[in-house]
Amino acid sequence: MLLEVKNLKSYFFLDEGILKAVDDVSFAISEQETVALVGESGCGKTIVALSLLDLIPSPGRIVEGQMLFRGEDLRAMNAERMRQIRGRHIGLVFQEPGVALNPVYTVGHQIAAVLRLHRALTRREAQAESVRLLGDVGIGDPEQRAKAYPFELSGGMQQRVLIATAIAGRPELLIADEPTTALDPTVQAEILDLLRYLQTEYSMALLLITHDLGVVAEMADRVMVMYTGKILEAADIDTLFRDPRHPYTQGLLESAPRLGVGRGEVLRGIPGTVPDFLELPSGCTFHPRCNLAEDECTRAFPPLEEIAPGRQCACYKVT
Amino acid sequence: MNPISSDVLLEVSDLETHFPFGGRWGRTRRWVRAVDGVSLNVRRGEVLGLVGESGSGKTTLARSVLRLVEPTAGSVRFDGIDVLGLSAREMRRLRKRMQVIFQDPYKSLSPRMQIGRLIAEPLRLHRIVPESKVADRVVELLGKVGLEPYFRHRYPHEVSGGQRQRIAIARTLALEPEFIVADEPVSALDVSVQAQILNIFLQLQQSEGIAFLMISHDLAVVERVANRIAVMYSGKLVEIADAGELIDRPLHPYTQALISAVPTGRPGKRKPRVRLAAEPSILGQPIKGCPFAPRCAEVQSTCWETMPSLERKDGGHEVACHAR
Repeated sequence: MLLEVKNLKSYFFLDEGILKAVDDVSFAISEQETVALVGESGCGKTIVALSLLDLIPSPGRIVEGQMLFRGEDLRAMNAERMRQIRGRHIGLVFQEPGVALNPVYTVGHQIAAVLRLHRALTRREAQAESVRLLGDVGIGDPEQRAKAYPFELSGGMQQRVLIATAIAGRPELLIADEPTTALDPTVQAEILDLLRYLQTEYSMALLLITHDLGVVAEMADRVMVMYTGKILEAADIDTLFRDPRHPYTQGLLESAPRLGVGRGEVLRGIPGTVPDFLELPSGCTFHPRCNLAEDECTRAFPPLEEIAPGRQCACYKVT
Repeated sequence: MNPISSDVLLEVSDLETHFPFGGRWGRTRRWVRAVDGVSLNVRRGEVLGLVGESGSGKTTLARSVLRLVEPTAGSVRFDGIDVLGLSAREMRRLRKRMQVIFQDPYKSLSPRMQIGRLIAEPLRLHRIVPESKVADRVVELLGKVGLEPYFRHRYPHEVSGGQRQRIAIARTLALEPEFIVADEPVSALDVSVQAQILNIFLQLQQSEGIAFLMISHDLAVVERVANRIAVMYSGKLVEIADAGELIDRPLHPYTQALISAVPTGRPGKRKPRVRLAAEPSILGQPIKGCPFAPRCAEVQSTCWETMPSLERKDGGHEVACHAR
């Protein structure tokens, strides 16, 4: 197993109360596997990624749980070892490449910096390797582009550069947090193609964090559906899309319009809105929006249980 | 769907909107042709979807039609009225009939007014109903967007993003407009909430007969609600057709690439992709021929020389492409 997360809890300690952004989350990722973590804004999916790399902003912190990367305890590491993990073993790609890239350095310089840090290359070797990486992420004329500053590149090209920095250390796991959300559809498709290509080429596992079920269907081997800091359902990709069991998963799948399907028809969707983290409903946090909800759903959160080999669901109404 | 009349409500002809850029510190001033010779119609009660990549001029086209920016050339006729020839006072009166909904309603709702007052404001300003009926009408409008009457006592910051968008729609409906521009109205919303708002648009078009210009970068969103879809590329209209025709049988190479890039939403069903060469053309660079030529797989020598005009093809498509 490449990564094992057990009972992770990451809370934010605010004046208004404790915000349980990640509340008892467990999952595992195998070598070279693509796992999607899907959920709406504010469900805690990004905080899962930040927890792995010890990057949670204050006043948040991990309060409980175990995270093993190739058997090594990520929480027990000293700062020096954690710096090696970031970039050398786990790469990270964000939604907004324009924010993640440093505006005052050329893109070649930024990739070379990662290479010199993680792969102990000389200045000249790092330069040559960064040009090679730019070519590998599909940037035409990489020698010239290496000398460009981020603002001189389009959003799609910036995302390619960011991906190049993330894979420069040859990590075994790449975390991509909404990697295509800010991009136009044609560019999104190209970036997804690129991620697939790199995953094979560099033998990486991919943790894909997204709200977009269309992207999930294109990319993932397995899916975890998250809501208010908890995983509600997990299954392999075909099972989840063919036979979603949790009412929230079903609602999500019926909310997103698909091209060429149901033109002019009303979407079923889900009533209500995602609740405020500080005023979560009692019991199952989805119960006010759920048409199957009964008394027991308002009392305690249902445990995430194995309902079939390799698939889990947290719902009293699903057995 | 509601039968759409053939009666044209909005008629846009050869519209051009150019913005200057550069020109400081002694450099030459150049122009971006954000909207570059667009002609299209919106019929009464019709939803016209407008898609295209960011920077293709969708929003500028919509804002030009409403004269929120001043077009450089061309004409806009609304119900026979020459919109671009109106004085400021006449324009204010016309705005009651053509309304707009933005992506982020938070910016367009005053944080210091209760929602009831926000919706009552346009009713009073334009004397839509007598003062004695204002309160009833507010409740009725809230109902049209699926909100309970008690929402009138809340403030915008106390409600969710989806509810704010409902309020923005209710406020727009207060004026009983015949035409609404909706610019990325669901892009900022969560998937589950997006579905609810799209349903409201479907309902409004059917029950109120309002015509919409619905702008979105998301083709699936547009397809759900639109009767016809127009595709823009680099300031130009490249294809327009009935929604089903455009999605099922796209003709323009850019439309084909766009549709092939949208995920199917089901695993194991990846579509063959129509690939695009290179990146979009650089801002302000003068283009002689078709702006899509540098990225087009079917480019011919004429494409570099002249911009193809919009021509009618099979299935009612209008397409601007030399290769068709």
